[in-house]
Amino acid sequence: MCLAVPGQILEIQGDQPEIRIGRVRFGGIMKDVNLAFVPEAQLGDYVLVHVGFAISRIDEAEASRVFAYLQEIDGDEISG
Amino acid sequence: MKYLDEYRSADSARRLAEQIACITTRLWTIMEVCGGQTHAIVRFGIDELLPPNITLVHGPGCPVCVTPVEIIDKAIEIAALPGVILTSFGDMLRVPGTAEDLLSVKARGGDVRMVYSPMDALALAKAKPDRQVVFFAVGFETTAPANAMAVAEARRQRITNFSMLVSHVLVPPAIEAILSSPDCRVQGFLAAGHVCTIMGSLEYEPLAAKYGVPIVITGFEPLDILDGIRLCVKQLEESRAEVENAYARAVRSEGNRPAQALIADVFRVVHRRWRGIGEIPRSGLALSERYAEFDADLRFGGGSRTVEESSECISGLVLQGLKKPQECPAFGTRCTPEYPLGATMVSSEGACAAYYRYRRFAEPTHV
Repeated sequence: MCLAVPGQILEIQGDQPEIRIGRVRFGGIMKDVNLAFVPEAQLGDYVLVHVGFAISRIDEAEASRVFAYLQEIDGDEISG
Repeated sequence: MKYLDEYRSADSARRLAEQIACITTRLWTIMEVCGGQTHAIVRFGIDELLPPNITLVHGPGCPVCVTPVEIIDKAIEIAALPGVILTSFGDMLRVPGTAEDLLSVKARGGDVRMVYSPMDALALAKAKPDRQVVFFAVGFETTAPANAMAVAEARRQRITNFSMLVSHVLVPPAIEAILSSPDCRVQGFLAAGHVCTIMGSLEYEPLAAKYGVPIVITGFEPLDILDGIRLCVKQLEESRAEVENAYARAVRSEGNRPAQALIADVFRVVHRRWRGIGEIPRSGLALSERYAEFDADLRFGGGSRTVEESSECISGLVLQGLKKPQECPAFGTRCTPEYPLGATMVSSEGACAAYYRYRRFAEPTHV
Protein backbone atom coordinates (compact mmCIF):
# COMPACT_ATOMS: atom_id res chain seq x y z
CA MET A 1 0.00 0.00 0.00
CA CYS A 2 2.82 2.41 0.85
CA LEU A 3 4.64 1.32 -2.29
CA ALA A 4 6.65 4.18 -3.82
CA VAL A 5 8.75 3.81 -6.93
CA PRO A 6 11.83 5.87 -7.86
CA GLY A 7 11.82 7.61 -11.23
CA GLN A 8 13.68 10.43 -12.99
CA ILE A 9 12.10 13.79 -13.85
CA LEU A 10 12.58 14.43 -17.58
CA GLU A 11 10.25 17.40 -18.05
CA ILE A 12 8.47 19.89 -15.80
CA GLN A 13 5.27 21.76 -16.69
CA GLY A 14 3.80 24.64 -14.68
CA ASP A 15 5.82 27.13 -12.71
CA GLN A 16 3.73 27.48 -9.55
CA PRO A 17 4.77 24.94 -6.90
CA GLU A 18 1.21 23.67 -6.25
CA ILE A 19 0.47 22.83 -9.89
CA ARG A 20 3.84 21.56 -11.08
CA ILE A 21 3.57 18.33 -13.05
CA GLY A 22 6.62 16.30 -13.98
CA ARG A 23 7.06 13.76 -16.75
CA VAL A 24 8.82 10.96 -14.87
CA ARG A 25 10.55 7.91 -16.30
CA PHE A 26 10.42 4.55 -14.47
CA GLY A 27 12.62 2.20 -16.47
CA GLY A 28 10.77 2.06 -19.78
CA ILE A 29 7.54 3.64 -18.56
CA MET A 30 6.71 7.38 -18.57
CA LYS A 31 4.07 8.91 -16.32
CA ASP A 32 2.87 12.38 -15.37
CA VAL A 33 3.51 12.96 -11.68
CA ASN A 34 2.27 15.72 -9.38
CA LEU A 35 5.28 17.59 -7.93
CA ALA A 36 3.34 19.76 -5.43
CA PHE A 37 5.06 18.14 -2.41
CA VAL A 38 8.63 18.39 -3.76
CA PRO A 39 9.08 22.08 -4.64
CA GLU A 40 12.87 21.58 -4.45
CA ALA A 41 12.92 18.89 -7.19
CA GLN A 42 14.59 19.88 -10.47
CA LEU A 43 14.90 18.43 -13.94
CA GLY A 44 17.05 15.29 -13.86
CA ASP A 45 16.37 14.58 -10.15
CA TYR A 46 15.07 11.20 -9.00
CA VAL A 47 11.89 11.26 -6.94
CA LEU A 48 9.90 8.61 -5.07
CA VAL A 49 6.39 8.40 -6.50
CA HIS A 50 3.32 7.18 -4.60
CA VAL A 51 -0.25 7.19 -6.08
CA GLY A 52 0.68 9.84 -8.65
CA PHE A 53 2.55 12.17 -6.29
CA ALA A 54 6.28 12.64 -5.76
CA ILE A 55 6.73 12.37 -1.98
CA SER A 56 10.51 12.76 -1.68
CA ARG A 57 13.53 13.75 -3.74
CA ILE A 58 16.20 11.05 -3.62
CA ASP A 59 19.48 12.21 -2.11
CA GLU A 60 22.26 10.74 -4.24
CA ALA A 61 24.98 11.10 -1.62
CA GLU A 62 22.91 9.26 1.01
CA ALA A 63 22.00 6.58 -1.55
CA SER A 64 25.59 5.35 -1.67
CA ARG A 65 25.92 4.92 2.12
CA VAL A 66 25.22 1.17 2.26
CA PHE A 67 27.61 0.56 -0.64
CA ALA A 68 30.33 2.57 1.12
CA TYR A 69 29.76 0.37 4.18
CA LEU A 70 30.05 -2.79 2.07
CA GLN A 71 33.32 -1.50 0.62
CA GLU A 72 34.56 -0.71 4.08
CA ILE A 73 33.95 -4.29 5.30
CA ASP A 74 35.62 -5.63 2.15
CA GLY A 75 38.66 -3.47 2.96
CA ASP A 76 38.67 -4.81 6.53
CA GLU A 77 38.53 -8.40 5.28
CA ILE A 78 41.41 -7.87 2.81
CA SER A 79 43.64 -5.98 5.25
CA GLY A 80 42.61 -8.04 8.31
CA MET B 1 16.06 0.66 -12.65
CA LYS B 2 18.30 3.03 -10.72
CA TYR B 3 17.74 3.01 -6.94
CA LEU B 4 16.09 -0.43 -7.18
CA ASP B 5 18.34 -2.96 -8.91
CA GLU B 6 21.52 -2.16 -7.00
CA TYR B 7 19.65 -2.70 -3.71
CA ARG B 8 18.74 -6.25 -4.76
CA SER B 9 22.24 -7.64 -5.24
CA ALA B 10 22.30 -11.18 -3.83
CA ASP B 11 26.02 -11.03 -3.11
CA SER B 12 25.76 -7.76 -1.16
CA ALA B 13 22.73 -9.12 0.71
CA ARG B 14 24.68 -12.20 1.80
CA ARG B 15 27.57 -10.03 2.99
CA LEU B 16 25.22 -7.85 5.05
CA ALA B 17 23.63 -10.98 6.52
CA GLU B 18 27.11 -12.25 7.49
CA GLN B 19 27.78 -8.95 9.25
CA ILE B 20 24.51 -9.31 11.16
CA ALA B 21 25.51 -12.86 12.20
CA CYS B 22 28.91 -11.55 13.38
CA ILE B 23 27.42 -8.96 15.74
CA THR B 24 24.54 -11.07 17.11
CA THR B 25 25.24 -12.71 20.48
CA ARG B 26 21.74 -13.08 21.93
CA LEU B 27 18.14 -13.79 20.93
CA TRP B 28 16.38 -10.75 19.50
CA THR B 29 12.85 -10.18 18.23
CA ILE B 30 12.43 -7.36 15.74
CA MET B 31 9.18 -6.15 14.15
CA GLU B 32 8.95 -4.64 10.69
CA VAL B 33 5.93 -2.37 10.81
CA CYS B 34 5.09 -2.00 7.15
CA GLY B 35 3.26 -4.59 5.05
CA GLY B 36 5.44 -3.66 2.05
CA GLN B 37 8.48 -4.70 4.08
CA THR B 38 6.74 -7.92 5.21
CA HIS B 39 6.06 -8.76 1.58
CA ALA B 40 9.70 -8.09 0.58
CA ILE B 41 11.05 -10.12 3.52
CA VAL B 42 8.97 -13.18 2.64
CA ARG B 43 9.37 -12.76 -1.13
CA PHE B 44 13.16 -12.43 -1.05
CA GLY B 45 13.61 -14.88 1.85
CA ILE B 46 15.41 -12.27 3.94
CA ASP B 47 14.40 -13.91 7.22
CA GLU B 48 16.06 -17.13 6.02
CA LEU B 49 19.38 -15.30 5.53
CA LEU B 50 19.43 -14.20 9.16
CA PRO B 51 21.08 -16.08 12.03
CA PRO B 52 18.56 -18.27 13.91
CA ASN B 53 18.70 -16.10 17.03
CA ILE B 54 16.98 -13.23 15.23
CA THR B 55 13.22 -13.49 14.84
CA LEU B 56 11.34 -11.11 12.59
CA VAL B 57 7.69 -10.57 13.47
CA HIS B 58 5.29 -8.81 11.20
CA GLY B 59 3.47 -5.65 12.21
CA PRO B 60 0.10 -4.03 11.51
CA GLY B 61 1.32 -1.86 8.62
CA CYS B 62 -1.21 -2.87 6.00
CA PRO B 63 -3.97 -0.25 5.80
CA VAL B 64 -6.17 -2.47 3.65
CA CYS B 65 -5.92 -5.23 6.27
CA VAL B 66 -6.79 -3.04 9.26
CA THR B 67 -9.74 -1.17 7.72
CA PRO B 68 -12.64 -2.08 10.01
CA VAL B 69 -15.47 -4.24 8.64
CA GLU B 70 -18.09 -1.61 9.49
CA ILE B 71 -16.44 0.95 7.18
CA ILE B 72 -16.23 -1.62 4.37
CA ASP B 73 -19.94 -2.37 4.91
CA LYS B 74 -20.60 1.37 4.67
CA ALA B 75 -18.65 1.60 1.39
CA ILE B 76 -20.68 -1.34 0.05
CA GLU B 77 -23.95 0.40 1.01
CA ILE B 78 -22.88 3.64 -0.68
CA ALA B 79 -21.69 1.78 -3.80
CA ALA B 80 -25.11 0.18 -4.16
CA LEU B 81 -26.93 3.55 -4.21
CA PRO B 82 -28.24 4.70 -7.60
CA GLY B 83 -26.16 7.40 -9.29
CA VAL B 84 -23.03 6.65 -7.29
CA ILE B 85 -19.62 5.73 -8.70
CA LEU B 86 -17.49 4.29 -5.91
CA THR B 87 -13.73 4.38 -6.49
CA SER B 88 -10.76 3.06 -4.52
CA PHE B 89 -7.38 1.41 -4.82
CA GLY B 90 -7.58 -2.12 -6.28
CA ASP B 91 -6.89 -4.04 -3.06
CA MET B 92 -9.79 -2.41 -1.24
CA LEU B 93 -12.36 -3.80 -3.67
CA ARG B 94 -11.77 -7.42 -2.64
CA VAL B 95 -11.80 -6.99 1.12
CA PRO B 96 -14.76 -8.88 2.57
CA GLY B 97 -17.28 -6.93 4.58
CA THR B 98 -19.88 -8.71 6.70
CA ALA B 99 -21.68 -10.33 3.76
CA GLU B 100 -19.77 -9.44 0.59
CA ASP B 101 -17.06 -7.26 -0.97
CA LEU B 102 -17.19 -4.24 -3.29
CA LEU B 103 -16.54 -6.38 -6.38
CA SER B 104 -19.77 -8.27 -5.64
CA VAL B 105 -21.62 -4.94 -5.80
CA LYS B 106 -19.97 -4.36 -9.18
CA ALA B 107 -21.01 -7.85 -10.32
CA ARG B 108 -24.63 -6.94 -9.49
CA GLY B 109 -24.39 -3.84 -11.70
CA GLY B 110 -23.04 -1.27 -9.24
CA ASP B 111 -20.53 1.24 -10.61
CA VAL B 112 -17.37 0.37 -8.67
CA ARG B 113 -14.06 1.43 -10.22
CA MET B 114 -10.40 0.92 -9.41
CA VAL B 115 -8.21 4.04 -9.59
CA TYR B 116 -4.45 4.55 -9.44
CA SER B 117 -4.64 7.92 -7.70
CA PRO B 118 -7.30 9.88 -5.77
CA MET B 119 -6.79 12.58 -8.42
CA ASP B 120 -8.20 10.12 -10.99
CA ALA B 121 -11.37 9.91 -8.90
CA LEU B 122 -11.55 13.71 -8.85
CA ALA B 123 -11.08 13.84 -12.63
CA LEU B 124 -13.92 11.32 -12.99
CA ALA B 125 -16.20 13.55 -10.87
CA LYS B 126 -15.34 16.48 -13.11
CA ALA B 127 -16.10 14.44 -16.23
CA LYS B 128 -19.42 13.11 -14.86
CA PRO B 129 -21.16 16.02 -13.12
CA ASP B 130 -24.50 14.16 -13.02
CA ARG B 131 -23.06 11.34 -10.88
CA GLN B 132 -21.86 11.24 -7.27
CA VAL B 133 -18.22 10.09 -7.24
CA VAL B 134 -17.03 8.71 -3.90
CA PHE B 135 -13.39 7.87 -3.21
CA PHE B 136 -12.88 5.27 -0.45
CA ALA B 137 -9.68 6.64 1.11
CA VAL B 138 -7.49 4.28 3.08
CA GLY B 139 -3.81 4.44 3.86
CA PHE B 140 -1.12 5.50 6.27
CA GLU B 141 0.67 8.84 6.44
CA THR B 142 2.28 8.04 3.05
CA THR B 143 -1.04 8.26 1.21
CA ALA B 144 -2.64 11.02 3.33
CA PRO B 145 -1.12 13.98 1.39
CA ALA B 146 -2.39 12.65 -1.97
CA ASN B 147 -5.89 12.09 -0.57
CA ALA B 148 -5.79 15.49 1.13
CA MET B 149 -4.85 17.11 -2.18
CA ALA B 150 -7.86 15.55 -3.93
CA VAL B 151 -10.23 17.03 -1.33
CA ALA B 152 -8.48 20.41 -1.31
CA GLU B 153 -8.65 20.55 -5.09
CA ALA B 154 -12.35 19.52 -5.06
CA ARG B 155 -13.02 22.51 -2.82
CA ARG B 156 -10.86 24.91 -4.81
CA GLN B 157 -12.45 23.86 -8.13
CA ARG B 158 -15.94 23.60 -6.56
CA ILE B 159 -16.44 20.00 -7.65
CA THR B 160 -19.47 19.33 -5.49
CA ASN B 161 -20.29 15.81 -6.75
CA PHE B 162 -17.04 14.46 -5.21
CA SER B 163 -16.76 13.08 -1.68
CA MET B 164 -14.50 10.84 0.34
CA LEU B 165 -15.12 7.96 2.76
CA VAL B 166 -12.04 8.23 4.97
CA SER B 167 -10.49 5.40 6.96
CA HIS B 168 -6.93 6.65 7.39
CA VAL B 169 -4.61 5.23 10.03
CA LEU B 170 -1.42 6.43 11.71
CA VAL B 171 1.70 4.41 12.51
CA PRO B 172 3.11 5.78 15.81
CA PRO B 173 -0.07 5.09 17.86
CA ALA B 174 -0.07 1.49 16.55
CA ILE B 175 3.57 1.04 17.61
CA GLU B 176 2.66 2.41 21.03
CA ALA B 177 -0.34 0.05 21.30
CA ILE B 178 1.95 -2.92 20.58
CA LEU B 179 4.63 -1.74 23.03
CA SER B 180 2.19 -1.08 25.85
CA SER B 181 0.60 -4.53 25.60
CA PRO B 182 1.65 -6.82 28.47
CA ASP B 183 2.25 -9.61 25.91
CA CYS B 184 4.66 -7.52 23.82
CA ARG B 185 7.78 -9.42 22.83
CA VAL B 186 9.15 -6.94 20.31
CA GLN B 187 12.58 -5.56 21.26
CA GLY B 188 13.29 -3.37 18.24
CA PHE B 189 11.38 -1.85 15.33
CA LEU B 190 12.04 -1.27 11.66
CA ALA B 191 9.93 1.83 11.04
CA ALA B 192 8.16 2.22 7.70
CA GLY B 193 10.37 4.28 5.38
CA HIS B 194 7.71 5.84 3.20
CA VAL B 195 5.56 6.90 6.14
CA CYS B 196 8.67 8.70 7.42
CA THR B 197 9.29 10.48 4.08
CA ILE B 198 6.12 12.39 4.99
CA MET B 199 6.27 12.61 8.78
CA GLY B 200 10.05 12.50 9.39
CA SER B 201 11.65 10.75 12.34
CA LEU B 202 11.00 13.11 15.24
CA GLU B 203 7.67 11.61 16.35
CA TYR B 204 9.44 8.30 17.07
CA GLU B 205 11.93 9.82 19.55
CA PRO B 206 9.49 9.79 22.53
CA LEU B 207 8.54 6.14 21.79
CA ALA B 208 12.18 4.98 21.68
CA ALA B 209 12.89 6.82 24.93
CA LYS B 210 9.72 5.79 26.83
CA TYR B 211 9.84 2.08 25.96
CA GLY B 212 13.62 1.69 25.60
CA VAL B 213 13.43 0.24 22.07
CA PRO B 214 15.59 1.02 19.05
CA ILE B 215 13.56 2.27 16.08
CA VAL B 216 15.36 2.16 12.73
CA ILE B 217 13.75 3.88 9.73
CA THR B 218 14.10 1.32 6.95
CA GLY B 219 13.56 1.13 3.20
CA PHE B 220 11.94 -1.62 1.14
CA GLU B 221 14.61 -3.31 -0.96
CA PRO B 222 16.55 -6.34 0.35
CA LEU B 223 19.73 -4.34 1.13
CA ASP B 224 17.67 -1.63 2.82
CA ILE B 225 15.91 -4.15 5.05
CA LEU B 226 19.12 -6.01 5.93
CA ASP B 227 20.89 -2.75 6.73
CA GLY B 228 17.94 -1.72 8.93
CA ILE B 229 18.13 -5.05 10.77
CA ARG B 230 21.91 -4.69 11.14
CA LEU B 231 21.61 -1.23 12.73
CA CYS B 232 18.76 -2.42 14.97
CA VAL B 233 20.74 -5.47 16.19
CA LYS B 234 23.82 -3.29 16.74
CA GLN B 235 21.77 -0.99 18.99
CA LEU B 236 20.27 -3.95 20.88
CA GLU B 237 23.70 -5.53 21.42
CA GLU B 238 25.07 -2.20 22.66
CA SER B 239 22.00 -1.58 24.89
CA ARG B 240 21.08 1.57 23.00
CA ALA B 241 17.52 2.64 22.16
CA GLU B 242 17.66 5.39 19.57
CA VAL B 243 15.87 6.48 16.44
CA GLU B 244 18.21 5.87 13.54
CA ASN B 245 17.69 6.55 9.84
CA ALA B 246 18.77 3.73 7.50
CA TYR B 247 16.77 5.23 4.61
CA ALA B 248 18.35 8.66 4.43
CA ARG B 249 18.21 8.79 0.63
CA ALA B 250 14.45 9.34 0.97
CA VAL B 251 13.80 10.41 4.59
CA ARG B 252 14.78 13.72 6.25
CA SER B 253 14.33 14.08 10.02
CA GLU B 254 11.77 16.87 9.57
CA GLY B 255 9.83 14.92 6.90
CA ASN B 256 7.98 16.60 4.03
CA ARG B 257 6.73 19.97 5.31
CA PRO B 258 4.38 20.91 2.41
CA ALA B 259 2.71 17.48 2.71
CA GLN B 260 2.37 17.81 6.50
CA ALA B 261 0.81 21.26 6.12
CA LEU B 262 -1.85 19.95 3.74
CA ILE B 263 -2.63 16.94 5.98
CA ALA B 264 -3.07 19.29 8.95
CA ASP B 265 -5.44 21.48 6.93
CA VAL B 266 -7.65 18.74 5.47
CA PHE B 267 -7.69 16.10 8.20
CA ARG B 268 -8.07 15.86 11.97
CA VAL B 269 -6.83 13.13 14.30
CA VAL B 270 -9.53 10.76 15.63
CA HIS B 271 -9.80 7.48 17.56
CA ARG B 272 -9.94 4.59 15.10
CA ARG B 273 -10.87 0.93 15.27
CA TRP B 274 -8.32 -1.38 13.58
CA ARG B 275 -9.61 -4.64 12.14
CA GLY B 276 -8.30 -7.52 14.21
CA ILE B 277 -6.91 -5.24 16.93
CA GLY B 278 -9.67 -2.94 18.21
CA GLU B 279 -9.78 0.77 18.96
CA ILE B 280 -6.47 2.61 19.25
CA PRO B 281 -6.74 6.16 20.63
CA ARG B 282 -5.82 9.00 18.26
CA SER B 283 -4.72 6.52 15.58
CA GLY B 284 -6.75 7.71 12.59
CA LEU B 285 -7.50 10.66 10.36
CA ALA B 286 -10.93 11.98 9.39
CA LEU B 287 -11.87 15.07 7.37
CA SER B 288 -11.62 18.30 9.34
CA GLU B 289 -14.66 20.56 9.91
CA ARG B 290 -13.54 22.83 7.06
CA TYR B 291 -13.98 19.95 4.60
CA ALA B 292 -17.08 18.33 6.16
CA GLU B 293 -19.12 18.93 2.98
CA PHE B 294 -16.86 16.38 1.22
CA ASP B 295 -17.41 13.69 3.86
CA ALA B 296 -19.21 10.76 2.17
CA ASP B 297 -20.20 9.44 5.57
CA LEU B 298 -22.24 12.61 6.24
CA ARG B 299 -23.44 13.01 2.65
CA PHE B 300 -24.91 9.51 2.45
CA GLY B 301 -26.18 9.32 6.04
CA GLY B 302 -23.82 6.96 7.75
CA GLY B 303 -24.14 6.41 11.48
CA SER B 304 -21.85 4.21 13.49
CA ARG B 305 -22.14 0.48 13.95
CA THR B 306 -20.02 -2.34 15.24
CA VAL B 307 -19.59 -5.68 13.57
CA GLU B 308 -18.42 -8.95 15.04
CA GLU B 309 -15.37 -10.44 13.32
CA SER B 310 -14.77 -14.13 12.61
CA SER B 311 -13.91 -15.83 15.89
CA GLU B 312 -11.70 -18.38 14.13
CA CYS B 313 -9.38 -15.75 12.60
CA ILE B 314 -6.25 -14.89 14.60
CA SER B 315 -5.29 -11.89 12.47
CA GLY B 316 -5.29 -9.60 15.51
CA LEU B 317 -2.51 -11.70 17.04
CA VAL B 318 -0.63 -11.85 13.73
CA LEU B 319 -0.88 -8.05 13.34
CA GLN B 320 0.61 -7.56 16.80
CA GLY B 321 3.47 -9.95 16.13
CA LEU B 322 2.20 -12.49 18.70
CA LYS B 323 1.55 -15.33 16.19
CA LYS B 324 2.87 -16.35 12.79
CA PRO B 325 0.39 -17.09 9.97
CA GLN B 326 1.04 -20.87 9.90
CA GLU B 327 0.05 -21.10 13.56
CA CYS B 328 -3.56 -20.50 12.55
CA PRO B 329 -5.54 -23.75 12.00
CA ALA B 330 -7.49 -22.11 9.16
CA PHE B 331 -4.36 -20.94 7.26
CA GLY B 332 -4.39 -22.18 3.68
CA THR B 333 -7.46 -24.35 4.23
CA ARG B 334 -10.59 -22.48 5.30
CA CYS B 335 -8.75 -19.17 4.80
CA THR B 336 -7.09 -18.34 1.47
CA PRO B 337 -6.66 -15.11 -0.55
CA GLU B 338 -9.73 -16.11 -2.63
CA TYR B 339 -11.86 -16.74 0.47
CA PRO B 340 -10.21 -14.79 3.28
CA LEU B 341 -11.55 -15.08 6.85
CA GLY B 342 -9.77 -11.98 7.99
CA ALA B 343 -7.63 -8.95 7.58
CA THR B 344 -4.16 -10.34 6.99
CA MET B 345 -5.19 -12.76 4.21
CA VAL B 346 -6.90 -10.01 2.24
CA SER B 347 -4.25 -7.70 0.89
CA SER B 348 -1.14 -8.99 -0.88
CA GLU B 349 0.77 -7.09 1.81
CA GLY B 350 -0.93 -8.85 4.69
CA ALA B 351 1.36 -11.31 6.47
CA CYS B 352 -0.95 -14.31 5.90
CA ALA B 353 -1.28 -13.55 2.17
CA ALA B 354 2.51 -13.19 1.82
CA TYR B 355 3.07 -16.54 3.59
CA TYR B 356 0.35 -18.16 1.50
CA ARG B 357 1.94 -16.94 -1.71
CA TYR B 358 5.57 -17.73 -0.93
CA ARG B 359 5.62 -20.19 1.99
CA ARG B 360 2.54 -22.38 2.05
CA PHE B 361 4.47 -25.53 1.15
CA ALA B 362 7.34 -24.81 3.56
CA GLU B 363 7.68 -26.55 6.91
CA PRO B 364 7.16 -24.09 9.75
CA THR B 365 10.52 -23.31 11.36
CA HIS B 366 10.01 -20.76 14.12
CA VAL B 367 6.69 -21.80 15.63
